[in-house]
Amino acid sequence: MHSVPAPQRLDVDQILADPGVRIVVCCGAGGVGKTTTAAALALRAAEQHGRRTVVLTIDPARRLAQSLGLSELDNSPRQVKGIDTEASGGELHAMMLDMKRTFDDVVLTHTDPKRAAEIFANPFYQAMSSTFAGTQEYMAMEKLGQLHARGEWDLIVVDTPPSRSALDFLDAPARLSRFLDGRMLRLLLAPARSGGRSMFSLVTASFGVFSRAVQKIIGAQMLTDLSGFVAALDSMFGGFRQRAEQTYRILQDRETAFLLVAAPEPDAVREAAYFAGRLRQERMPLAGLVLNRVHRTAAAEPAGDASLAAANRLDELGGYAGAAEVLRVHAALCRQAAREEQVAATFTRAFPAVPTVAVTAQPADVHDVDGLRAIGDAVSGR
Amino acid sequence: MHTREASVGRARAGWSARLHVVTGKGGTGKTSVAAALALALARDGRRTLLIEVEGRQGIAQLFGTEPLPYEERTIARVEGGGEVRALAVDAEEALLEYLEMFYKLGAAGRALRRFGAIDFATTIAPGLRDVLLTGKVKEATTRTAGGRRVYDAVVLDAPPTGRIGRFLNVTAETARLAKVGPIKTQSEGVAALLRSPITAVHVVTLLEEMPVQETVDAIAELTSMGIRLGRVIVNSTRSPLLAGRVSRPDLRRGLVAAQLPHDDATVSALLVEAENHLVRQALEDSLRGDLLELDLPLIELPLLLDGVDRAGLDALADRLAAAE
Repeated sequence: MHSVPAPQRLDVDQILADPGVRIVVCCGAGGVGKTTTAAALALRAAEQHGRRTVVLTIDPARRLAQSLGLSELDNSPRQVKGIDTEASGGELHAMMLDMKRTFDDVVLTHTDPKRAAEIFANPFYQAMSSTFAGTQEYMAMEKLGQLHARGEWDLIVVDTPPSRSALDFLDAPARLSRFLDGRMLRLLLAPARSGGRSMFSLVTASFGVFSRAVQKIIGAQMLTDLSGFVAALDSMFGGFRQRAEQTYRILQDRETAFLLVAAPEPDAVREAAYFAGRLRQERMPLAGLVLNRVHRTAAAEPAGDASLAAANRLDELGGYAGAAEVLRVHAALCRQAAREEQVAATFTRAFPAVPTVAVTAQPADVHDVDGLRAIGDAVSGR
Repeated sequence: MHTREASVGRARAGWSARLHVVTGKGGTGKTSVAAALALALARDGRRTLLIEVEGRQGIAQLFGTEPLPYEERTIARVEGGGEVRALAVDAEEALLEYLEMFYKLGAAGRALRRFGAIDFATTIAPGLRDVLLTGKVKEATTRTAGGRRVYDAVVLDAPPTGRIGRFLNVTAETARLAKVGPIKTQSEGVAALLRSPITAVHVVTLLEEMPVQETVDAIAELTSMGIRLGRVIVNSTRSPLLAGRVSRPDLRRGLVAAQLPHDDATVSALLVEAENHLVRQALEDSLRGDLLELDLPLIELPLLLDGVDRAGLDALADRLAAAE
């Protein structure tokens, strides 16, 4: 096996302290500690670096949310009390994304109250705003854009939705605006625009085949609702696209730092590698990889094999049961650490220039500010 | 607590289903478990189908093959003449197939594709996508050829616990949009299958807090929807290595006897490792207790130290098959 040169060490404190960095986006597969990492970084930015920080979480575990004082989902940042910012002068605010409320706000911003009421009442809007695949991703971006536009924060730390694929976070806005702005909608909309009568009254020959097919799939009643929805949303198309594009540009800017979060598991590392490639392609600034839940031995000696052999020898000798058990724990840890290094090396081989920091696995999960502080220390290697 | 006999009886009932839906929090290894279950159920010369629906190509990665097309392909042969076939269901392809089957659309089907109508339809009606995906699963589960079932069992690598309720609750989702018409009929058929004894949902978890919490939440949600739960499958477990705390002198004595380094630093570091292991063991015991309270048959699968390859999957399949 080829040895992989150790990657450059990611200096998280340098990023958090840099006044030029205004947005930190944490992304990666589900189940790798992304939300906890985002919260820990935001806390550290406030406590250690004196920054007025807001953390946007998507779907935090109940106890983590409670530790940030987030007992309800009210879609606006709340200051986190009981943290230690006296010396630094920083502040920490936290919020949980409410997908539907964010969507409602977008509608209200872009249209008059009467139109907005029509849109809210439409079953398609109701379905789309609460369950559309990608709405959560889109609304996370929208909320990020809003927080950024308010200009109240030194630093915005964003947790990304637990998507099917981490890439959905980047793709959803484009998909949604392509959809809202697409040829399909124009076709469906044409009749509604020219008088609001049945959309099938104006069919051309080719559209006839098409609309019959559409009708077969989704049924006439659904089409009527859809047509109404589209007509009502018509006034908002431009706004939607513009905002998606704006947020996209913010993400390309150097004031943004993307942090990939992964665990030393093949799936998580593969996902991180996909994302790294994609960020490069989109010319978005990748600051580094946070490798969570890494197992390391505390004792440099003995080696794993020697430890296991010694445990077996002690069993034969008899009378050393406890020591043999400890040596087996050490041997298992050696083996796990070696395997994790191999998995992590697959990322390093593909992206040798991406700085990386490994965070040692905690024996138990984190659900208070002290725990987040410890994670922050570990991520920044202090 | 159940008696041993009672839990064996329930265990058998767990695999007695023909459609096995495998969910779990992201990162728990549900794809590996689904694959191992498909292998286990293909023993004794049977044929199973392993389906994925999220476009992740997780099955292909697991078996080290090219990305799967929308086509059932043999992905593994099993001792005793059995085989596992695999299918990556794609909502667009499923829709076209469905239209072809029921409406003989031909040119109109091609027009749909040209206009981007399929992307559109599956995007605008979120439930529609799931109806199409679960519809295909139903079709494969109930398919017969020459009066015999094509598959003895179907294993679905389903969406994760956070989305499983919505995914399986097809009728409720589409009812909001489709009051009548083919979509409604289709979704009702799927809903009936999912609530029948043919189907069992298994939840994969790790002995970690978040996956266990999501397991508890998902089981409550599925139960309230009237969907039949199979097993809780605890993945990547390790046998406890310590009977209790080991004293410093005892450890040092052992190191001396084994002719290993026994300086203070080494002894202290080994004791730290042992202490962390004990903390972990205690946490795992308490989480295992939470899972036992769910009152569902529980099965534990070992951590595959050398990664998940075919030999590893077969080892998991052994455990799963033994639970029959």
